[in-house]
Amino acid sequence: MILVWLILIPFLGGLLCWQAERWGEQVPRWIALGTMLFVLVISGLLWWSGEFSVPGVGGTQWMLEWRAPWIPRFGIELHLALDGLSLILVALTGFLGALAVLCSWHEIAERIGFFHLNLLFILGGVVGVFLALDLFLFFLFWEMMLVPMYFLIALWGHSGSPGQTRIRAATRFFIYTQASGLLMLVAIIALVFVHYSTTGELSFSYGVLLNADVPEPVAFWLMLGFFIAFAVKLPVVPFHGWLPDAHAQAPTAGSVDLAGILLKTAAYGILRFALPLFPEQSQAFAPVAMTLGLVGIIYGAVLACGQQDIKRLIAYTSISHMGFVLIGLYSGSELAIQGAIVLMVAHAFSSAGLFILSGQLYERIHTRDMRVMGGLWGRIPVLPGFTLCFVAASLGMPATANFVGEFMVLFGTFPNAPVTVVIASAGLVLAAIYSLLLMQRVHYGPEYRTGALAGPDARESGMMLVLLVTTLAVGLYPQPLLDTTAAVAGPVAELFSNGADLIARAGEVN
Amino acid sequence: MAVAVTLSFLIPLAGTLVLALSAGRLGPRASAVIGVGSVGLAALATLWAVLAHRGVSEGVTLWSWITVGDFQPTIGLAMDGLSLVMMSVITGVGFLIHLFAAWYMTGEEGITRFYAWMNLFVFSMLLLVLSDNLLLLFLGWEGVGLCSYGLIGYYYHNTANGQAAFKAFVVTRIGDVFLALGLFLIFMEMGTLDIATVLARAPELWEQGGTTANLAALLMLGGALGKSAQVPLHTWLPDAMAGPTPVSALIHAATMVTAGVYLIARLNGLFLLAPDVLLLVGVIGAVSLLLAAFAALAQTDIKRVLAYSTMSQIGYMFVALGVGAFDAAIFHLVTHAFFKALLFLSAGAVIISCHHEQDMRRLGGLWRKLPVAYGGFIVGGASLVALPLVTAGFFSKDEILWQAMAADHSGLLIAGLLGALLTGVYTVRLVLGTFHGEPGSNHVRHPEPGTSLFTHHLPLAVLAILSTFIGAWLYPGLEELFPASPGEAVQAGHTLLQVLAMGAAIAGLVLAAWLFLWQRDWLAAKIRGGVGRRLWSLWHHAWGFDALFDRMLVRPWQLLVKYLRVDLVNLAMNLPALLARALNAGLVRSQNGRVRTYALAMVLGTTVILVALVLAPGGGT
Amino acid sequence: MTGIPVEHGLILAVILFCLGLVGLMLRRNMLFVLMSLEVMLNSAALAFIVGATAWSQPEGQAMFLLVITLAAAEASVGLALMIQLYQRFRTLDLNVINRMRG
Repeated sequence: MILVWLILIPFLGGLLCWQAERWGEQVPRWIALGTMLFVLVISGLLWWSGEFSVPGVGGTQWMLEWRAPWIPRFGIELHLALDGLSLILVALTGFLGALAVLCSWHEIAERIGFFHLNLLFILGGVVGVFLALDLFLFFLFWEMMLVPMYFLIALWGHSGSPGQTRIRAATRFFIYTQASGLLMLVAIIALVFVHYSTTGELSFSYGVLLNADVPEPVAFWLMLGFFIAFAVKLPVVPFHGWLPDAHAQAPTAGSVDLAGILLKTAAYGILRFALPLFPEQSQAFAPVAMTLGLVGIIYGAVLACGQQDIKRLIAYTSISHMGFVLIGLYSGSELAIQGAIVLMVAHAFSSAGLFILSGQLYERIHTRDMRVMGGLWGRIPVLPGFTLCFVAASLGMPATANFVGEFMVLFGTFPNAPVTVVIASAGLVLAAIYSLLLMQRVHYGPEYRTGALAGPDARESGMMLVLLVTTLAVGLYPQPLLDTTAAVAGPVAELFSNGADLIARAGEVN
Repeated sequence: MAVAVTLSFLIPLAGTLVLALSAGRLGPRASAVIGVGSVGLAALATLWAVLAHRGVSEGVTLWSWITVGDFQPTIGLAMDGLSLVMMSVITGVGFLIHLFAAWYMTGEEGITRFYAWMNLFVFSMLLLVLSDNLLLLFLGWEGVGLCSYGLIGYYYHNTANGQAAFKAFVVTRIGDVFLALGLFLIFMEMGTLDIATVLARAPELWEQGGTTANLAALLMLGGALGKSAQVPLHTWLPDAMAGPTPVSALIHAATMVTAGVYLIARLNGLFLLAPDVLLLVGVIGAVSLLLAAFAALAQTDIKRVLAYSTMSQIGYMFVALGVGAFDAAIFHLVTHAFFKALLFLSAGAVIISCHHEQDMRRLGGLWRKLPVAYGGFIVGGASLVALPLVTAGFFSKDEILWQAMAADHSGLLIAGLLGALLTGVYTVRLVLGTFHGEPGSNHVRHPEPGTSLFTHHLPLAVLAILSTFIGAWLYPGLEELFPASPGEAVQAGHTLLQVLAMGAAIAGLVLAAWLFLWQRDWLAAKIRGGVGRRLWSLWHHAWGFDALFDRMLVRPWQLLVKYLRVDLVNLAMNLPALLARALNAGLVRSQNGRVRTYALAMVLGTTVILVALVLAPGGGT
Repeated sequence: MTGIPVEHGLILAVILFCLGLVGLMLRRNMLFVLMSLEVMLNSAALAFIVGATAWSQPEGQAMFLLVITLAAAEASVGLALMIQLYQRFRTLDLNVINRMRG
């Protein structure tokens, strides 16, 4: 039942925020903050009480499970379950949700209640995605995240340069993700019917479909359907077009959620669904996926260097980082998959930090254009220091969580795909270039305008400090995190090693 | 001992944290006290560790960092003679430099930031030399790079400084990526990153001169080249002089740039398995030392002369490593840290006294007015030139040349001797240009010499003492840690070599005196035109590496970024949208609201359908 | 009622229908458009009458009554709309009234 509450709390909190606006401006903020902290605390307690390195109840991997019939005629259930991976990501959602509320404390001044309703509905949907085990339910939550995000961008976004309006960005975001979601729906239904035609059992249950015997060519196309749906969301080049616009135009809270959590749903989807449902096909597809990851690393990095909008720059760095995640997920090595999970968490921290910082800059100088920044080191106290820290995290400085993630991915992948790792390592140099370029353009050089600006207040520096400490903590002692997800990463890695001779067979399918 | 060693790097870290978290609330004086004090305490802790050292290696594991399957790097320290020597240099010389910085940085803005970075640097560097596994070493390795970045760009107002910092970080990062690849390879082959285990297993797993061994050593070498500013990854070092002078002394002379030497010495077993790569180390060292020595001849900025001289001296260390004389390399590393720190700090004293003037053409005639700095330059310069018997530099450089000769690498030996001669020439030019002759500009006529006994005279004096033969005595010798060097087997010819080395150094001095004192007009005329001018320009730009890289790498990269800026792939993904829009534009025209057109369309449509029905097979009946 | 052959009646109906259609498509004045519609309805009604007479079936007569009713209803609604439009726009030219921009 606690799983249901994990999902319901954000939704209920959202409705409460909406109505609470009439009691005062600050009320919805406090309610939203409390709601997300509540989610964080619950997942913290679950983590504290759970034992994740061994299989959970009844010999399955799930620590907690909850199921109830929903549409029995089609074999659709309300089926929620939680294992180490879900738990980490739910906790991350609670954490970044609280940060998102905090960072929009002054930024959002109108329709405050409705803003927090949307924000919390997104987060509720995300929690649902991380917990749902019924494929239909999963799809429902997957789509449920989109609509409030659309409103978040469309109603509270910034309109940048001419032709780059927030409505356009929101529409683009919606079309991309909606189209990919439909592709996934088609794949899900096809999978269910293939399973139905062989066994006569109509079920959307993850556990049942896991054992579905799908004939070869169909399975490959279904795998591709899942992969593309997740690839759009991750995003993988060439499906990344929505990301820079959405990030640049979204309010800070939206960017934080997008980069911090929404992108992670895709990686989670690959890890939970695309790989275990179609292990052989995924293994055959792995070289392509890794190549796409490589392209993403390099392409994202090159484009990041060319941006003038600070948030677009950070958005492109996300594409680059997610390339590492993709490589790790498809490497078939436990070390690399664990690394990809760490990198997911690390990227959530570092990109959230950078987005919040650029939001704070925007509140002070009212621009995101780096051509009119420069020399800010002398004008704003403390913030440049924080920027440097998060820039360092973003370029994979050791002792930060990003380093642990990236290097575990590379260490794990190297034996299987040395060439990929060599090229991906070139991405490390590019990461240094784009990260320091940001620093260079914003904080170094002569002052573009003079006059001191206000330093961060307690709320702002508090957020930064918490993020920074978490990043360093995970960077220096990632073991608790690794132990929690070990039960997930291990089996997925084994999926690949079991079918080593299948590559040739799937090659014919291609 | 473990406690002392742990303290030695935790205290600077604590200093950094206090300074960084103070968020500018600390005054300059308090910052200086914390910044200098923490390194001082670290030096004391190091002293304690040295005194407690019993000649055996000790290890301590603080906690296990990551454990996934075989991948089990720890946060663990290894303490042996080598790490203690490095620690002593880092904290000892580092403390003196911090002390001097308290004088140098007086009145600068952002003192807190300066000391926070400096302390963080000391912490990272200590971690680098103390770590017992390669991943933790990499942590320190990257950490010192970041601190170097932050300190080179310390005067952020000037765009050039920011760019220098950027360049330093990116160029060294290229080397770091090679090092990282080396780690991947080693882990794949050995299943561990523990340095001692790697060195023990390598000879069992890899054959002498085999491909894997060569590749691993080559990748490690790539990392070392970047950090130690050797050809071809050396271009960042001269630009790095944009940072405050104490930074140049600490990071870009005494410690960080020698990290590559430390790495190769630490992994000596790996390199001995790859003799070809080891030879390559020596050749690169020889090439770097000559290139840099020639470049140093033609610089006008005193700090750039010293930067090229640093590169040249590290070239000597690489030569030593290349012939398998690891102990000689570390010996020179230590003495070089003493005398180069002295030279940089003396240069810093000159620069501050002359109101931030560091161009030799505008300096001159200072020797009476700045006696302390002059003394520092003379002693440090003598040690750099390796003036026989009285200087530290003589003993270490002589050792390197002797090992090269004993190993029968005459090419490396000749390069070393030629380098010694050139060192004499550029050092004399540096001293003469800065302290003798007529002042080149008015504001240099009335310098303000440093007067502080504790923060100005003391560091210079101590370093000056260490730059003499006393410094050479202090070096404990680490022969038992390393494989036998080539010089141990043979003794013949050592005296001859010493005479040769002395001859080269003294010949350099004499040549310089002849050139710069008696033939100045002739030299000036030569430089003004013809071949001389071209040579001068070539050396002044350090053989044009910067221009080459600019044309080969930087500009193509910038073009790529420029053309990809609009995100071509994304534009391609917009094609469906464009198609839909075109269709829309066409179809929307038909919906014009004119009933008559609609009626017409309806009639036409009906007609077409009727005709089709009639003409269709079986229709019309 | 045997004097008029079926063909003649049908041809008249077709001619009337075509006249109405052409008027519908070519006239711009709304009054004439409505009149053309009436003509077309009546041509259809005529065709029913002719058919009913030819085959002596009552359904044709019934359909005729239906068409008459429909035409009356259509004319009343159409005229009412037309008066409204005229009051608003002071013209009955359909091209002027058209506000739709494709």
